[in-house]
Amino acid sequence: MPWWFWLLVAFIVVASYVGATSNRLDRLHARLDAAWAALDAQLVRRSAVTLEIAASGLLDPATSVLLASAAHEARASSGDGREIGESELTGALRAAFTDPDVAATLAADPSGVELLHELDAAVIKVPLARRFYNDAVRATLAVRRHRVVRWLRLAGRVPPPRFFEMDDEPAARLGVK
Amino acid sequence: MRVGLVCPYTWDVPGGVQAHVHDLATALLALGHDVSVITPADDDAPLPPYVVSAGRAVPVPYNGSVARLAFGVLSLGRVRRWLREGAFDVVHVHEPAAPSLSLLATWAADVPIVATFHTSVSRSRAMAAAYSILQTALEKISGRIAVSEAARRTLVEHLGGDAVLIPNGVQVSAFATARPLPDWPGDGGAIGFLGRIDEPRKGFPVLLEAFQLLAAQRPGLRLLVAGPGDTDEAHKSLPEELRSRVRLLGLVSDADKARMLRSVDLFVAPNTGGESFGIVLLEAMAAQTPVLASDLDAFRVVLDDGEAGALFATGDAAALAEAAGALLDDRDRRARLAASGARRALDYDWSTVARDIVRVYETVAHSSVRTATVPRQGR
Repeated sequence: MPWWFWLLVAFIVVASYVGATSNRLDRLHARLDAAWAALDAQLVRRSAVTLEIAASGLLDPATSVLLASAAHEARASSGDGREIGESELTGALRAAFTDPDVAATLAADPSGVELLHELDAAVIKVPLARRFYNDAVRATLAVRRHRVVRWLRLAGRVPPPRFFEMDDEPAARLGVK
Repeated sequence: MRVGLVCPYTWDVPGGVQAHVHDLATALLALGHDVSVITPADDDAPLPPYVVSAGRAVPVPYNGSVARLAFGVLSLGRVRRWLREGAFDVVHVHEPAAPSLSLLATWAADVPIVATFHTSVSRSRAMAAAYSILQTALEKISGRIAVSEAARRTLVEHLGGDAVLIPNGVQVSAFATARPLPDWPGDGGAIGFLGRIDEPRKGFPVLLEAFQLLAAQRPGLRLLVAGPGDTDEAHKSLPEELRSRVRLLGLVSDADKARMLRSVDLFVAPNTGGESFGIVLLEAMAAQTPVLASDLDAFRVVLDDGEAGALFATGDAAALAEAAGALLDDRDRRARLAASGARRALDYDWSTVARDIVRVYETVAHSSVRTATVPRQGR
């Protein structure tokens, strides 16, 4: 075999390895985007339904103001502040729903019970979505650390993704199933 | 929602994963979802209408024992066809690290994937050796579920990443409606035990010691035991005067297990450790039998700190005898514990568990609209 044949074989092997790694990275980035969209959607849903509950007039004014301002802060926060804003909304929900009467008051009203179900779903799905997102971040960072990815800059100019850390311990059971 | 479930082990061979997939499929169908299951099965095996066979599984040595697995080009072809024809919103694979259908489906699917990890092992050579091959496939999984804290730890240590914890469900109705065995519990009272009799951590010796103390004062009291182990040997080793009062059923079917749990006045779980969850307690509670268990952390959680069942000091036969005696004498307290236990068991019913799992499906499946921007480091 002439020397250029072996050179060609080596080139093909390297190229297909780089191609496969690049594919893998693309797929991970797609998963990451989807996981973030899911988390973002759940967080937005949670603050939206909290605002609606606060504005419903079904709860006492103090609880309503507490929930409304926490939900507003969470929605207005962005960047690094988002983790703090959302954690504070978790805290406010926990504080408001410690008293089982609050959930009972909402459950007694036909429109209130719908809001309660929606809040319940959002409060349970936020930790799910966050865990799946952080798992996607970890997987992406692991592949981005590969030598081939670093040397050939397969990840392009996009900075590495960030974990999303917040307090999402759900409020005591909202009392709905 | 259109859900595709993948079971890696032969459908008609009894096993924890198969039972889980079967119960989950049934519960999802009851919730109104479209469900299809693909699993290895013998060609002539009778299958429910929602189950598709991927062909026969082959017994191969894997991870220290012989497992029946399906792999290779034929299986992959069938999985591909099933995925294409099913057009699922989400594919839910079970035990994807085992070299069988679940891994193939993870490889071939291009829809969101949810995976449930069942096994808890302290060290898996197979997993360690195959780590880098597995990683490429497992990266495609959008949502991971572990059935126990131990399974979650195994996943974190061997494969990295994290999972949400959703425990196995219990078919509450199957236990609640089972008929007691003929001639049980009887007038003198009866105590039940379920588990391997030759595995010390299940605590059978502790129960026997306590039963001797109780039997001396209660002439009619009997003990009903179900679970694998050498029953002849165990029966011979009992003290002479107890032999007629202890009945060892050996390994029983699921239906007989439910009947056995309904046949006693008090169910005792004297485990001394190693329990990660305590599904036996839930089964007894679903059967509306009052429970007395050792105060392990896992049991304390399931029994709601003593509200849904009584607790005694782990490994203490005298304490067990005293607590059991008090309960056997107090019919009202037993009825109260049975009622609160049955209520508690509903929290772990398959219908509840399936709803939690559907929430995971919704979280991963509805996220195909990508509008938001992922937070990046340094921005």
